Amino acid sequence: MKSNQIKPSEITDESVYLKRREFLQLTGAASLGATLTGLPDRATAEIKNLNTIASKYSTSQTPNSWKDITTYNNFYEFGLGKDDPERYASSLITDPWKVTISGECDKPGDYLLEDILAPHQLEDRIYRLRCVEAWSMVVPWVGFSLADLLKRFKPNSKAKYVAFKTLHDPMQMPGQRRRVLRWPYREGLTMSEAMHPLTILAVGLYGKTLPNQNGAPLRLVVPWKYGFKSIKSIIEISFSKKQPRTSWEMSAPREYGFYANVNPEVDHPRWSQARERAIGKGLFTAKQPTLMFNGYSDEVASLYSGLDLRRNY
Amino acid sequence: MPKTNTLKLVVLLTCLIPFVLLVLATFELAGQSLGANPVEKLIHELGIWGLRFLLITLAITPLRKLGGPIWLLKLRRMFGLFSFFYILMHFLSYAILDQSLNWPMILEDILKRPYITLGMLALILLTPLAITSTNGWMRRLGKNWKKLHRLIYPIAILGVWHFFWQVKLDTTEALVYALILMTLLGYRVLTSRRIADYWRRRNH
Ligand code: HEM
Repeated sequence: MKSNQIKPSEITDESVYLKRREFLQLTGAASLGATLTGLPDRATAEIKNLNTIASKYSTSQTPNSWKDITTYNNFYEFGLGKDDPERYASSLITDPWKVTISGECDKPGDYLLEDILAPHQLEDRIYRLRCVEAWSMVVPWVGFSLADLLKRFKPNSKAKYVAFKTLHDPMQMPGQRRRVLRWPYREGLTMSEAMHPLTILAVGLYGKTLPNQNGAPLRLVVPWKYGFKSIKSIIEISFSKKQPRTSWEMSAPREYGFYANVNPEVDHPRWSQARERAIGKGLFTAKQPTLMFNGYSDEVASLYSGLDLRRNY
Repeated sequence: MPKTNTLKLVVLLTCLIPFVLLVLATFELAGQSLGANPVEKLIHELGIWGLRFLLITLAITPLRKLGGPIWLLKLRRMFGLFSFFYILMHFLSYAILDQSLNWPMILEDILKRPYITLGMLALILLTPLAITSTNGWMRRLGKNWKKLHRLIYPIAILGVWHFFWQVKLDTTEALVYALILMTLLGYRVLTSRRIADYWRRRNH
């Protein structure tokens, strides 16, 4: 892992992160070390600073607080409540971590996380996140292009889709003791979605390693799709000819489709997707309009030309 | 009867505790907090307390018949009114905080989202019961008062159904409430005079 051993007291605080970002935007400075000293941090001791560079794909919107991002999310492997992941995810062991690469490619095999990450320069990617439940955040991920990783395994011409799986271990993930979804959690992308420059694998948040509750040690982030597509704690990536089945599609096909692109015009059967509640704006701020492809239309709309998005929700 | 009044006051203050905690949480006082999504938290807490008080109200008669103390009956109206209070606040948080009083949107929700249709119907039916809960109205309505207040049964069914339908995935909690309601209503069916007469005729 590209991280510097550093005392928790030296970890960059979120306010420092935000200032640092302003500084970066001003100076165009690229790489920076973990030498900036912040205030004492709320995060656990294992959380380390990462070496990152800025990315042109980041939004200039202000990110949500570390607290909001790490205490309010869905990760059913640790329970159904939004605060369950933060409460229970400490039982997840992320080191050592192995990822299996399989299917239609020339270099399948089991890879250690260190080997997966080694050649990649980590970037700060500040993305909007839109949950299918009609709330949203802005999250400063740390990650790298999924395309760059996938190319290393030399997918062959039969590879049309990429499928992902989360760890399945009820000892570490107590939420899996109940069959609310069919475990392991599965997700998938078309090859062109997986190869898109906006699609990343994330290993961090706010310049630091990812807390367990946010999908450590390795998770997908696809910012123009509903949050549930961005599968967490990945242990398997496989290339396939056929469209893979995904957990939510298996559980409620009428409500959740394979594509799950953010689309204000296609309602969930039980609620409207036209507007969203921005987390962190307090009690009296009205919902904001949801943008097509979560505001990433310019970048991704061409992926879906000719596709009926009402049918392929 | 000072003793009854003391009892009523104690119960009234107890019933207000969830509301006071929510007010404290709204202003982040006394270590209380509504968390990252305060609007959702308020709607959920107020809805669940409304439903709890509805079921408590329905539990009074069976408890009394099963040998509970007579003062229980004196509290029934208060529980019913608290149920209305929490459900009204539930609706107001939805209309004001969630929908910013955008009436066309609210109307669309009521007509298009079945779980909201059910909730709205329940609240509309509950309102005349709250209004006619006074002694004056009881006197004025006479025998019809009892008939009118039987609406509490369909209201409770609508409330639980509404809860059940808004669940995303795990219906366990809603089913627990459904089971409690079925027990409370089932008790009434099994002990109703018509059923008792039927068994008497069959067994003689
Ligand atoms: C007898 C009347 C009602 C009862 C007993 C009731 C009860 C409940 C309960 C128990 C919940 C779930 C809370 C939780 O998950 O912890 C809920 C959710 C909700 N109710 Fe009601 N409710 C009633 C009427 C209404 C009305 C009139 C409206 C609005 C028109 C409404 C709108 C909602 C909304 C928006 C939710 C949240 C759904 C979500 O988060 O997805 N309810 N209600």
